Amino acid sequence: MNETPKLNSFKAGPDEDGRFGIFGGRFVAETLMPLILDLQDEWTRARTDAAFQAELQHLNTHYTGRPSPLYFAERMTAELGGAKIYFKRDELNHTGSHKINNCLGQILLAKRMGKTRIIAETGAGQHGVASATVAARFGLPCVVYMGATDVERQAPNVFRMKLLGAEVKPVTAGHGTLKDAMNEALRDWVTNVDDTYYMIGTAAGPHPYPEMVREFQSVIGKEVREQMMAAEGRLPDLLVAAVGGGSNAIGLFHPFLDDQSVKIVGVEAGGKGLDGEEHCASLTAGSPGVLHGNRTYLLQDGDGQIKEGHSISAGLDYPGIGPEHSWLKDAGRVEYVPIMDHEALEAFQFLTRLEGIIPALEPSHALAEVMKRAPKMDKDQIIVMNLCGRGDKDIFTVGKLLGMGL
Amino acid sequence: MTARMDKRFADLAAEGRPALVTYFMGGDPDFDTSLAIMKALPSAGSDIIELGMPFSDPMADGPAIQLAGQRALKGGQTLVKTLEIARRFREDDQDTPIVMMGYYNPIYIYGVERFLDDALACGIDGLIVVDLPPEMDDELCIPALKKDINFIRLATPTTDDKRLPKVLENTSGFVYYVSMNGITGSALPDPTVVGGAVQRIKGHTKLPVCVGFGVKTAEHARAIGASADGVVVGTAIVNQVASSLTADGKSTGATVPGVETLVRSLSAGVRSARLVAAE
Repeated sequence: MNETPKLNSFKAGPDEDGRFGIFGGRFVAETLMPLILDLQDEWTRARTDAAFQAELQHLNTHYTGRPSPLYFAERMTAELGGAKIYFKRDELNHTGSHKINNCLGQILLAKRMGKTRIIAETGAGQHGVASATVAARFGLPCVVYMGATDVERQAPNVFRMKLLGAEVKPVTAGHGTLKDAMNEALRDWVTNVDDTYYMIGTAAGPHPYPEMVREFQSVIGKEVREQMMAAEGRLPDLLVAAVGGGSNAIGLFHPFLDDQSVKIVGVEAGGKGLDGEEHCASLTAGSPGVLHGNRTYLLQDGDGQIKEGHSISAGLDYPGIGPEHSWLKDAGRVEYVPIMDHEALEAFQFLTRLEGIIPALEPSHALAEVMKRAPKMDKDQIIVMNLCGRGDKDIFTVGKLLGMGL
Repeated sequence: MTARMDKRFADLAAEGRPALVTYFMGGDPDFDTSLAIMKALPSAGSDIIELGMPFSDPMADGPAIQLAGQRALKGGQTLVKTLEIARRFREDDQDTPIVMMGYYNPIYIYGVERFLDDALACGIDGLIVVDLPPEMDDELCIPALKKDINFIRLATPTTDDKRLPKVLENTSGFVYYVSMNGITGSALPDPTVVGGAVQRIKGHTKLPVCVGFGVKTAEHARAIGASADGVVVGTAIVNQVASSLTADGKSTGATVPGVETLVRSLSAGVRSARLVAAE
């Protein structure tokens, strides 16, 4: 008997207008609209073009080093005394995070579109580094907008971008974090539409970016499916990933959305706690609004002004979230929870000492949630957490917080 | 109300000159000063007023309008108060069209239907919402048109002949031609090129075409006004406000008169535009 298409699939979105339910869309200035439509056309052609897919896969294998390992964290599992914990080791990718998966896909599109200049925004600097890297690899000039606060707290990445030949432009507006960098990148794009490709780093922004970035990042979840079947002969019980804009999370989650046996949890930056203003938990504590090209959950006041937010992690320091996550939250398919700064910091040290892996502060949030859940689960249950970035960039921040001299 | 806007353009056409459209930021640097600025605009020569709605993340604006919005928000400005500025203005002036300009989120959060009802009650004639392209018309444009509020669309150099009909489809009041790709407050492009673009748009619509982005002086206004039905000045006015403030951003005795003087000069430029063109 032929399988009938699943009418209630969680993987069907977005529609042709870029909507995931009420979320997503194309809320951009008219100057950018023709460009976004061009990008959509090119993306539609590329995603079914065997040559494009082959080139991307070749780069993923030989440049990035994919597939990234699925690692059984034996000591951590024993220590927590519950479910088996696996890490998807995307921090072992070239450039040190999952961001390269998206950048390689997008730069191939930029080349197809004949664009000669790359711009990007960055928070933690991981996307900036990945953008600068692929720009160097393909011989295109690259400008990276980065909040001035982030330039300071992610100095090693700023230096890496400069070494790679990118121009790093500090943005002083607002709190000088990711939101402000994105505003400035959009201003650059609207001014230089003809030759410039805007390489958005997360699964957010106007359609087709959320869908496109998700597809490039879904390599994570697809590999996990295969690797988990090989390792355990079954799907995991729980997936956990950190969400800032949400690209590493959607990349892990998407291939599993229709597997109802797989519980899925996204971890937001709870900062100093949800009672005050010092957090970035847009899904847990925000409300739907329109910013940066899409409708999604945002941290905002009663007048629709966007709040600044706070997180110990520059990569999660964003008052919005990719629109597909907003939809998955409202649909009840994915649970989103906050983790506080201090919990992430404890998890960072825990993993470093116990497994000899220094994680970035972003996945340290996911890890803190794993540490809460694993002990409550049975020993034959399986958790997969996306270890989406390595912590080299954070050692100065962490050293300062722990009062260690460097 | 669309009638006020249509009458204004008809009167200007009879007079044989383009409109001077002036933008200022509601609540910059405070409610009372910006209300005084608005009340001073018509007698200084402004034909249509764009009332800026401050937003925390103005993605299409340059530094001058960004800072004006920040000053307004810092001064406690909200969308309710911006509507109140319009209402107070309307108590004394029934003729000058008011167009509210800004970004969608504050309106979305206010509630679209509630906003449109309140805008009508406050005497608003049109809306320009930068981040609502035609693809998003169901959000605000169609509801606004149903209530007889103009929805004024931006057309840009990237809006080619293929796309223009879509952009113009639900546009009313006038077409706002953005004279260059970029953010507000950039340099003025070549008036001849702008003139060609205006003609191109006029080939697709009977609506008046107003040109903005980059117009700062009376000379600019005259040059652009030679081909356009209206000249929009924003950044220059916002800069004039900024230059009159104290170090901590408070208004001074020079704030309102400074804007009046600038607008008078721009108005003279606009009024001489067609004379120059006729020469």
